Amino acid sequence: MLTGAYVARSSPLHRVPPGAKVSALAVACIGLLWVRTPQAVGVAVAAVAVLYGIGRIRPREAWSQIRPLRWFVLVILAVQLLITDWVTATSLTARIVLAVALAGLVTLTTRTTELMAAMERGLAPLRRVGVDPARVALMMSLAIRSIPVVASIAGQVRDAQRARGQERSIRAFAVPLVVGVLRYADTLGEALQARGMDD
Amino acid sequence: MTPSDPRMSRPRRRLPAADMARIAVFAALIAVLGLPGQFHVFGNSVPITLQTLGVVLAGAILGAWRGALSVLMLLALVAAGLPLLAGGRGGLGVFAGPSVGYLVGWVVGALVVGWLVERGGRRPGVAWVLPACLIGSALILVIGVPIQSLVTGVPLGETIALSLAFVPGDTLKSVAAAAVVVGAQRAYPDASPAARRERLSNRGG
Repeated sequence: MLTGAYVARSSPLHRVPPGAKVSALAVACIGLLWVRTPQAVGVAVAAVAVLYGIGRIRPREAWSQIRPLRWFVLVILAVQLLITDWVTATSLTARIVLAVALAGLVTLTTRTTELMAAMERGLAPLRRVGVDPARVALMMSLAIRSIPVVASIAGQVRDAQRARGQERSIRAFAVPLVVGVLRYADTLGEALQARGMDD
Repeated sequence: MTPSDPRMSRPRRRLPAADMARIAVFAALIAVLGLPGQFHVFGNSVPITLQTLGVVLAGAILGAWRGALSVLMLLALVAAGLPLLAGGRGGLGVFAGPSVGYLVGWVVGALVVGWLVERGGRRPGVAWVLPACLIGSALILVIGVPIQSLVTGVPLGETIALSLAFVPGDTLKSVAAAAVVVGAQRAYPDASPAARRERLSNRGG
């Protein structure tokens, strides 16, 4: 089963409604723009650490959220130290890491299904321009359900490719994959039609 | 549905079920192409992911706006917390970090590749599809690099120099994408957006 980074645990942050968490995240990211002195960085780091504590997130789980930034941080620090002073360099780097850490905290404390339901509600105003939130939600579930199917088509194609000794050709891999995936998609579309999705 | 429903008062542009299925399944395809171990070059020593190939394919095969919707669908799943980007990245943090511009570029890239391929007729040749794929891949960098520079505060010149490393790989992937698109459209005529539209309208739609 495909799961996200969500950590199943009971905490006050886990109980906050997802829409409120995403709105708070947006406000906090804007607020981070004013973090420009070492003191402000210290306060912001402490605040984010406290929030992680309230969410009962372990250090290893927190690290998983900011780990993709590790090379960026080195490059940004190095370049910034060359062109500006260390105060600007560290506060700028800290702002990026903190924004990603806060966004990661929302991901760690909110179920994927809850976030999808919140997106569906958030799309409601787009009804006026012809967007049907229920159909968008259905497509998201179809996409999730299709991942194992597409992965198994890819596996079959790779086995066939190996049997023919063409392991290194992207074309020999991707053409049958795309055709197989399209066949599956068009069959799925017919099944949806048969259930009255177009009526 | 009653006539008082506000949605009845305006022309309906509801997405047909066949398009919904294609958009959802291609979002899954882009995700699967981002899994490690999908493809290896140089004697299996360098695992490369084909996620950007998937983005270009979505545009070229589904057409402009279906391709873009399919990329958006993938990004929505990523935002919901699923680790579907190359390297198992996912969650809202991706959208707060320096690479957010490339994700915006994916949507525009798929849109533009699709727009160009749709104009190549029922069965566009490599001479038409290859430039479309190259333009789409270039657009991803053209949008991604300045945003990365803006987020990181690293000046544009340095950011461009750092991202030159992507250019050879992206060029190779565009060439591969063009070959795959042409091959797939030969094997499955409905893989061409223009051919599919023509067939659907001939059916009396």
